Amino acid sequence: MAANYVIVGSGVAGIAAAEVLRARAPGASITIVSEDPDGYYSRPGLAYYLSGEIPEKHLFLRSKADFRALGIHWLHAQATQIDVAGHRLILADKRSLAYDKLLIATGARAAAPDFPGGDLDGVFTLDTLKDAKRLVRKANKSGQAVVVGGGITALELAEGLHACGVNVHYLLRGARYWANVLDAEESELVEAYLRGDEIEIHYHARVRQALGKRGKLYAVETDSGEIIPCQILAVAIGTRPHLDLARTAGITIDRGILTDSCLRTSAPDILAAGDVAQVHDDSTGRASLDTLWPTARAHGEAAANTMLGTPTPYHRVVAMNVTLLAGIPTTIIGALGSGSDEDLVAIARGDSENWRTAAPTWVVVERHEVNRIRLMLGDRTITGALVMGDQTLSRPLQRLIAAKADISPIRDALLADDHAVLQLIATFSAEWERNHAATT
Amino acid sequence: MSLERRSIFFDLTRVEVLANGHVLPESARCVQCGICSYNCPLGLDVRAYAWRGEPIFDSTCLTCGQCVARCPRGVLTFAPLTNG
Ligand SMILES: Cc1cc2nc3c(=O)[nH]c(=O)nc-3n(C[C@H](O)[C@H](O)[C@H](O)COP(=O)(O)OP(=O)(O)OC[C@H]3O[C@@H](n4cnc5c(N)ncnc54)[C@H](O)[C@@H]3O)c2cc1C
Ligand code: SF4
Ligand code: SF4
Repeated sequence: MAANYVIVGSGVAGIAAAEVLRARAPGASITIVSEDPDGYYSRPGLAYYLSGEIPEKHLFLRSKADFRALGIHWLHAQATQIDVAGHRLILADKRSLAYDKLLIATGARAAAPDFPGGDLDGVFTLDTLKDAKRLVRKANKSGQAVVVGGGITALELAEGLHACGVNVHYLLRGARYWANVLDAEESELVEAYLRGDEIEIHYHARVRQALGKRGKLYAVETDSGEIIPCQILAVAIGTRPHLDLARTAGITIDRGILTDSCLRTSAPDILAAGDVAQVHDDSTGRASLDTLWPTARAHGEAAANTMLGTPTPYHRVVAMNVTLLAGIPTTIIGALGSGSDEDLVAIARGDSENWRTAAPTWVVVERHEVNRIRLMLGDRTITGALVMGDQTLSRPLQRLIAAKADISPIRDALLADDHAVLQLIATFSAEWERNHAATT
Repeated sequence: MSLERRSIFFDLTRVEVLANGHVLPESARCVQCGICSYNCPLGLDVRAYAWRGEPIFDSTCLTCGQCVARCPRGVLTFAPLTNG
């Protein structure tokens, strides 16, 4: 009998898995169960929808008709329980689905506000297209907004609301933006851009409570007693994996659902992938969480292959994100910072815990107006890099870091002269690529 | 590799590629936001090429560079066509 695959979640991890399953098992039954009525769209694209760069319909990568054409069943429902022994997935409406292999790809949701008044009308987090649409509608009727949190999503919210014509106050709990990944100067560059957009930054400002009248937000009170009137309070203080399904089924969880390197959970025939999965890395012996789109896709593909009977490890690539930080093109590669960020209670979106594992290393900095490169140097390799502004070296650095290229020939020169960094890396990388091509 | 300072927004070495180049995606950087497809004057589905990691081999592509310039993630670059 043809195998029966069930996937919970229609994010990139679930969809990537479904596509691999369909390609490799043409006769199998594949069902995607998703509680999101909007189906499959680009979640990172929501930020560009907010800022008006793309219209809603361009967020959709695949239509439900595309899935039908692939013979993938689509079920709009919430999964509530798993009958592990009976191999059945149970839905909120009491229906149940039999499975041979089940993939949990339920993603993560924004952490709930951690202050009183977080449930008032006017308080927003950004997870889904529905959230983004509500936020845009509200922004069109609002004069002032407060944004709290850190990481990329908080900036996207601040900039998106500004683009909607709202006057934005951005509250930082500490002394600077994204202190555990960016260095002081990088934070300052981002903050200067925000100030240039007339976004008002409040430092050492913590929300004591959100104030409402008849359930409706009208202001935010900070720890220092300051009252900031606002109709919108947008909160991006990190994400939390959707663990309920796994927890009630007795599957082993930590911060995410624990899986081996091939994405298998502690329960037989149940796998997990994407933001919800905390995947064991055989090379480091640790299991970490990522909230990165490309990682979720790679998890989904590896999980599908494992489901098909070819146990396929997810190979951790160097954590990397390319994004606009307040309008500045920025690539973050490898391990860069350490410690914690007061503005986040959990890992931020577009973030990886691996960026905070930097061992004490040498730091080399090249400055050029808003162009900036920061390299973290290990004994023989480059362990991390942050490229702001000019992106010429982003790709070469990404390759050198991923390949753990031995940079000893230029290490001393890099440390000796900040200004030579760009040229040294450019020349070295070109030569390394030539040798690499010759040997592979 | 010689170094010129260009932002990714102006990374359009168009003259060189007009004759013999194509757009090359690096799928590991792509978040499928759709900005490239939206901005392509011909409505080519650049995003779908980026998902598959395939160069845009479409004879109608103008190599105008709109997609390259607008992608917020530096996914797309111009690459010379290699013969064969
Ligand atoms: C605003 C924003 C900006 C981002 N920016 C970046 C970025 O710059 N770079 C980057 O790499 N990543 C970014 N991300 C993160 C990226 O989008 C995620 O890493 C990625 O979407 C994870 O995919 P996933 O498939 O694991 O989960 P998700 O995309 O979260 O999908 C989970 C799915 O499961 C469904 N679901 C959950 N529980 C149930 C249930 N019980 N029953 C049925 N269905 C359920 C949900 O409805 C959803 O369809 C951003 C995310 C957001 C929201
Ligand atoms: S604009 Fe860039 S990130 Fe967005 S879909 Fe196109 S190639 Fe991918
Ligand atoms: S180069 Fe121009 S025509 Fe070609 S795919 Fe990109 S935007 Fe479209």
